[in-house]
Amino acid sequence: MNVPSASPVADSRSFISRLRNGDEIARIVTFIFAATVVLLTVLLVYELWIASSLPRQKFGFAFLITKLWDPIAEQFGALTFIYGTIVTSAVALLIAVPLGIGAAIFLAELAPQKVSDPLQFFIDLLAAVPSVIYGVLGVFIVIPIMRTVIAPTLKATLGFLPLFQGPAYGVGFLTAGIVLAIMVIPYIISVSREVLLSVPRDQREAALALGSTRWEATWKVVVPFARTGIMGSIFLALARALGETMAVTMVIGNTPSISGSLFAPGYSIAAVIANEFTEATGDVYIQSLIQLGLVLFLLTFILNGLARLLMLLTASRGSGTGRA
Amino acid sequence: MNARLRWRKLVSAFMLTMTGVCAVVAVSVLFFILGYLVFHGGRSINWDFFTKLPTPVGETGGGMANAIVGSAKLLFLASLFGVPIGFFGAIYLAEFSGSKTAFVVRYAADLLNGVPSIVIGIFAYALVVLPFKHFSAYAGGFALGVMMIPITLRSTEEFLLGVPNTLREAAMALGASKWKTIATVIVPAAYRGILTSVLLAFARVAGETAPLLFTAFGNRYWSPGFNNPIESLPHMVYIYAISPYEDWQRQAWAAGLVLLALILIVNIVARFILARGVAVQRS
Repeated sequence: MNVPSASPVADSRSFISRLRNGDEIARIVTFIFAATVVLLTVLLVYELWIASSLPRQKFGFAFLITKLWDPIAEQFGALTFIYGTIVTSAVALLIAVPLGIGAAIFLAELAPQKVSDPLQFFIDLLAAVPSVIYGVLGVFIVIPIMRTVIAPTLKATLGFLPLFQGPAYGVGFLTAGIVLAIMVIPYIISVSREVLLSVPRDQREAALALGSTRWEATWKVVVPFARTGIMGSIFLALARALGETMAVTMVIGNTPSISGSLFAPGYSIAAVIANEFTEATGDVYIQSLIQLGLVLFLLTFILNGLARLLMLLTASRGSGTGRA
Repeated sequence: MNARLRWRKLVSAFMLTMTGVCAVVAVSVLFFILGYLVFHGGRSINWDFFTKLPTPVGETGGGMANAIVGSAKLLFLASLFGVPIGFFGAIYLAEFSGSKTAFVVRYAADLLNGVPSIVIGIFAYALVVLPFKHFSAYAGGFALGVMMIPITLRSTEEFLLGVPNTLREAAMALGASKWKTIATVIVPAAYRGILTSVLLAFARVAGETAPLLFTAFGNRYWSPGFNNPIESLPHMVYIYAISPYEDWQRQAWAAGLVLLALILIVNIVARFILARGVAVQRS
């Protein structure tokens, strides 16, 4: 990875002469900038930890498993928000994973490069659309469609499930999940396509030579070969969905309640921070919100770590992973 | 046997068509977003939007001139803070560091890249807003700058490492010191890539709202200097879109269109610069 520092001759020169040359100065200056990156990251974790000490002393672990969020009585529990975050992300993944992987298979396996590359370009642009724009579209398009089309249809067909019962206001878990799904699909497609393209050609050819159809070769050989990388893309998408603020805040309904129905309005961790942070009075209140930020940080930290690990695994593992 | 083969072929054709449908759905979302924004935004955009201040609640008309200037100021501060750290940090990683230090820096950068933007907002609040005791453009710029660092750093490093080693050796063989090699040979050779990284980082933070909510805060008037609460375009989109007033919602579309156009243009330009080839340029 690194360029060996010049030649042996340069290395043996004394510190003073390197200093006079400017090399040592350049090294120190750039090092300071690199160290700043590490310092900022450490500082971020430290600040989050220090600035949320009060609720940790006061509530301990109960913070994570109690429902009550009462700023006036200064009682804070995060369960409703954790529930909202998890449910919306789960809905998002349920929609985004099949669509995203399907599209990635099409782009990597079927489409000729002339079609695949421009489509990938558009998908990269889609990933660049800011979340607040998705929020606007959610408010003005998804919410009305949800109220007039999706919710009545689901009630008529799957209404016997508790998931699809109760009044549909338009805002709620399902709406937030759909908007999140639209947001994370580009990430799943980009990473999965990349991974699928890296599967060796002979894997496909061997499967085809054994008489499998094109789909069987793809689904039973190529996809299993790339499954760790695809899992990585899913974790990446999940991390984004959990941490997403604006789009969710605009469509989830911002009601701190836990409901079995996906039509019901709810609340998520990021949304409660966005809505209440500037209005929070009292140290315990504001520190509880910061502690929610810490929870969110840890969740995404773990998921991102897992994602990277899985992608490293696919990159380093050679042949022999495909179970044909 | 024959029936089974026919069935398998049918399944194959069906599933492959379905993957095509998935791809079409995913891409058509983009065109749908673009089309809808251009349609609604284009109808509501006018000269006032770029030149006037927001009107008080209840009065129609007005524009977002302060938000446009505010966004420019915030992005200026963010670039001022984020780009040098990312750029020089990348030079350290690619040219100077040992593998252990490099691992730590890369790890920190990747960690920072994965932090949800709202948490970055909390960080900036604790670090900048609390000591100064008021919201300011500095705090917002700092939050956005922190988000720019990992993107700039990681991709700049990639492009620096992509410069062939023969160039380094040639420069040194001519007697250039290391920093001279970097400044006159390596960075100029990788400048397209570096420019692309910076532009993409810029586009990424230009649309961020969450970290600005409690750092820049927002402001319905002009914000003199950098030490006052300041408005930004994405924040205006948010506030206006969730408002109950029709005229505000109309302006939210317009602001969304301007914001999206800016971001997509920067993205396309960045990719275009890169696609022109990472040709070795003379300094």
